[in-house]
Amino acid sequence: MVPTAFYLGLSAILFTLGVAGVLVRRNAIIVFMSIELMLNSANLVFVAYARQFLEQSGQVFVFFVMTVAAAEVAVGLALIVTIFRTRRGINLDEINTLKG
Amino acid sequence: MALTPELVVFFILAAVSVGAALGMLFSRSAVHSALFLVLNFAVVSVFFLMLAAPFIAMVQVTVYAGAIMVLFLFVIMLLGAEMLRHRSQVLPWQPWLAFVLGVLFVAVLAYVTFFQGGQFLVAGILGTPPIFPEELSAEFGGPASIGLVLYRNYLLPFELTSFLLLVAMIGAVVLTRDSKGRQVDGTYPKPAASERPVRG
Repeated sequence: MVPTAFYLGLSAILFTLGVAGVLVRRNAIIVFMSIELMLNSANLVFVAYARQFLEQSGQVFVFFVMTVAAAEVAVGLALIVTIFRTRRGINLDEINTLKG
Repeated sequence: MALTPELVVFFILAAVSVGAALGMLFSRSAVHSALFLVLNFAVVSVFFLMLAAPFIAMVQVTVYAGAIMVLFLFVIMLLGAEMLRHRSQVLPWQPWLAFVLGVLFVAVLAYVTFFQGGQFLVAGILGTPPIFPEELSAEFGGPASIGLVLYRNYLLPFELTSFLLLVAMIGAVVLTRDSKGRQVDGTYPKPAASERPVRG
């Protein structure tokens, strides 16, 4: 049986890597993938605590997180496609105006 | 602590998942990044299996590694945006600042977890006697029991979820619709004088 604290530590590391991805990378698609990484590390904590306390509600909440992630990806990728159409690029440093 | 086989598997998989996350961060090509992220999701689904959540693990593989990442790959390949052509010089100091702040974030996280009141939490978790497999019912985390919890206790959030997905779908359709009516050759039809928007 792996202690729950190990899962928490792994999840913290993965979350920090996701934060680093959002801060460092300038490709909008990779920034979105980093957000997915962060959401997934939160899921890992939910499931680890669900195991710890033998409570399935934690596993149900993973569903809701996944739903939010799916909705966010759909809208976000639609935004990226639209921005790419008008600006011919998805470098976040060059997207500095809201009016296309 | 005795090094049980489960612990060995955990450490190997943890190394793989962190390595995949690092690979996602530092690949030049967005396609490679997406594939590294798929590997990371697959490893995390194995963690879910180890944590007695078989149904969540399967959903992770089908929804995350399957649907969402395939959507990512579709967009990357449709746009042909797998590489950024040149490094931008808008904020040259920003990555370094981000690195320093990221290290600071880890430090604060570790401090709060292990010293600032969180040590009781960690001690409580470590001190809790491990749950033996025979205490765990075979149903735990299976589709039937998860479904019971979902529909008994979380029915309203579940319905709101469907509304959220509907809104996201409408949003995606509206956003990608070419409102200016671009034609096949890339030009725009001239609007009639009466339809021209009045500026000012």
